Amino acid sequence: MEKMRVEGRIWKFGDDVDTDVIIPARYLNVSAEAELAKNCFADIRPDFATDVAAGDILVAGKNFGCGSSREHAPLAIKAAGIRVIIAESFARIFYRNAFNIGLPLLESVEASQGLSDGERAAVDLAAGMIEGAGDIFPARPIPDFMAQLIAAGGLVEYVRKVKVGR
Amino acid sequence: MPMTMTEKILAAHAGRDRVSPGDLIEAKVDVALANDVTAPLAIKVFDEIGVGKVFDADRVVLVADHFVPNKDIASAQQVKLVREFAVRQGLTNYFEGGASGIEHVILPEKGLVLPGQLIIGADSHTCTYGALGAFSTGVGSTDLGAVMATGEIWLKVPSTILLRYEGSLRPHVGGKDLILHTIGLLGVEGALYCAMEFSGSVIGRLPMHQRFTMSNMAIEAGGKNGIIEPDETTLGYVAGRTSARFEIFKSDPDADYERVIDIDVSGIEPQVAFPHLPSNVRPVSQAGNVPIDQVVIGSCTNGRLEDLRDAARVLKGRKASPGLRLIVMPGSPLIYRMAMQEGILETFLEAGAVIGPPCCGPCLGGHMGILASGERAVATTNRNFIGRMGHPESEVYLANPLVAAASAVLGRIGGPDEL
Repeated sequence: MEKMRVEGRIWKFGDDVDTDVIIPARYLNVSAEAELAKNCFADIRPDFATDVAAGDILVAGKNFGCGSSREHAPLAIKAAGIRVIIAESFARIFYRNAFNIGLPLLESVEASQGLSDGERAAVDLAAGMIEGAGDIFPARPIPDFMAQLIAAGGLVEYVRKVKVGR
Repeated sequence: MPMTMTEKILAAHAGRDRVSPGDLIEAKVDVALANDVTAPLAIKVFDEIGVGKVFDADRVVLVADHFVPNKDIASAQQVKLVREFAVRQGLTNYFEGGASGIEHVILPEKGLVLPGQLIIGADSHTCTYGALGAFSTGVGSTDLGAVMATGEIWLKVPSTILLRYEGSLRPHVGGKDLILHTIGLLGVEGALYCAMEFSGSVIGRLPMHQRFTMSNMAIEAGGKNGIIEPDETTLGYVAGRTSARFEIFKSDPDADYERVIDIDVSGIEPQVAFPHLPSNVRPVSQAGNVPIDQVVIGSCTNGRLEDLRDAARVLKGRKASPGLRLIVMPGSPLIYRMAMQEGILETFLEAGAVIGPPCCGPCLGGHMGILASGERAVATTNRNFIGRMGHPESEVYLANPLVAAASAVLGRIGGPDEL
């Protein structure tokens, strides 16, 4: 299970960040996480892969992760060191994928608008509270089922315990 | 209690009398699909779950179509892994080489996806099969791995946006233009988490290939699925492709919709989506002077035989503009063969085209038509994100096959009327 409190540097992105820019298709001929992490945001933010540190936080606008279903996108972000993504909203497939692989997502319009690149923030995942820019922002509660997935350790463990084990 | 067709299909597959938007259900899956990019991760997940055998060797479909013919060693390794899994599991439907084509073209063509089914694919354009009146949506590899193991998936029942198209289509306007116009109207997140139901007399008159194009791009508005009620056109398409039984679901007239949007198609021109979002649409007459380096005709959006016929009609007796690279990729081996028999491939060759194998190729910047910095392409594909077809400083403009073919001749973005 993921640590419930995260503290780190903010990497800020805009609206409609698609999975093609998160991990361009030319890097999809491998699925090793470390390789994917090296090329995360290669085309739009080359400093990300080199400077991101474990525990950092990604903040974005609307519809983060739109486009292709490639799970390589959340895998690359997670393997790069990001522990939570905060956005105004997430594209549907990306949302499922991130929780399935144990990368928590929080939806908060206020935090998305109030937090800036390069600042630091702290996130209490269980409470859905985000601290940063001298303020505290509430996030929408994680849906019960997604919380169950995280508690089980991701979809694989959930399926093992709940479906296969029954 | 009235329901939409999306709700009815989900209820039937969850063993329930009724479902409502927001309900979380466990649903039985009729077809589980993955490709050479998404299957390797899904297989890893499947192995971790540890059930040994897939839930049904006839219902797990694997298609090598993204980076094939294998573009490099790493891609070859991925396909090898998928092939070995397919053999080990005794999968009936594994497609590679001369048997393979673009997944969302060959599955309907072979009758592997049918009205009323629940289809889950590790590819975002799995929503294509909504055109048959199926519930069909894309997921990631972990979800697909779990489906391969259990034959079930958890889903949140979406609310539905009803889109009603009325009026008369103008010349050179079809399904691609209707969906681009709709995405422009809604925005790339306008249908986020929602079912899109395409209806109205215009849809009733649309041929099957154009319905596939529309459902295919529901994801570009953020939609979970893009569904069309089965009718005579649907049944005519399915006939002869399967002996399996299937069920027709239709929305109740008084079903609850989140939104109802009425679209008068009479004023819609051929649409072009400018970089770098599919929602950034303009009528072709307002494209301005945009010189282009490449035209791509093909993909799961517009790689069907009728799409190639459209392009050939425009290109017949004409040449691609000097220096412009025209790339045509039929969506399946059958389409390739029929295009050859009809003389369409000859027309393309005469026009100066390169004819590629049935695969995803340049659509996602895989191979066979990558753009250099500063280059621009008009493509009949589905996405024009930054770097989608190659260099991050290249540009992709999305259009229908008629506009793409005309643009190839003109050397700039333009419609058939300008020829």
